[in-house]
Amino acid sequence: MTAVALLRIRNLFAVVMLAGIYSLLSAGLFTVMDAVDVAFTEAAVGAGISTVLMLGTLALVGRKEKAPDRHPVLPLFVVLVTGAALVYGSLDMPPFGDPDNPIHQHVAPRYLEESGEEIGVPNVVTSVLASYRGYDTMGETTVIFTAVVGVLLLMATRRRRWTEEGKGDDDGG
Amino acid sequence: MEDRVILRVGAKILIPHILLFALYVQFHGDYGPGGGFQAGVIFASAFILYALIYGLAHAKRVLPLGFASFCAALGVVIYAGVGVATLLKGGVFLEYGVLRHDPVHGQELGILLVELGVFTTVFGSMVAFFYSFTGRRKSRS
Repeated sequence: MTAVALLRIRNLFAVVMLAGIYSLLSAGLFTVMDAVDVAFTEAAVGAGISTVLMLGTLALVGRKEKAPDRHPVLPLFVVLVTGAALVYGSLDMPPFGDPDNPIHQHVAPRYLEESGEEIGVPNVVTSVLASYRGYDTMGETTVIFTAVVGVLLLMATRRRRWTEEGKGDDDGG
Repeated sequence: MEDRVILRVGAKILIPHILLFALYVQFHGDYGPGGGFQAGVIFASAFILYALIYGLAHAKRVLPLGFASFCAALGVVIYAGVGVATLLKGGVFLEYGVLRHDPVHGQELGILLVELGVFTTVFGSMVAFFYSFTGRRKSRS
């Protein structure tokens, strides 16, 4: 329901607030599903930091969304076809929650049973993230670093050029 | 928000606890939920709160943008450095077991260092994001 409201509302301030609520609700959902680490991340990043960042962006772009000038028929068609293809693909997936599923048989038992002795860290999520899947986490760290490099390049250079162009009426920002 | 006394005092009380909680999440990640990523975000949120209440200029005096982006790079260096250290010790890249004589202790040390790297990167990046988004003036007024 929150997601539908997100799509309908044109006041961007309300959209940002609803996105935060949506994140917080998903964090609660993750907690119910016993995925505390994921819930923690969702609450901190989705509901916390990204809301603040989006508010900061709103201060730059204004809080009203432009009304669309035509009805988006072609995008709707593309989305429907893609969604149908994805649903069709999901029909071949093993039944949800079945303990014999491949995902529960491959490496998960080893992580759960032996990571205590192998790694010596009680939280399996931490040992999987940092040790068994150390390469992936390093990739994630690099992704964040790349993102910050991109943001800094975009934001910083653009402003400097403006300052050069408007030398006369610049009051030192 | 310079003149809101309740906000200023409230933030002053909150910020040390947020910082402490972030460190708790960081170093207790081995035993409970949490880890470098979450801790970095929480640690950064303390500085973001400070910047929101006391103004961006004050926050930049406490933690300059250059230092934040330096942190973002430093974390990746720490993470990759752990990998290089395991290489030098004769293991495979990021094989923490060779860091100490006892492989389990080596794993614990490796995870601690790697999480520290993630923490530093995430913290620096979040603060840098916030600075660059809010520090920019409205382009066309």
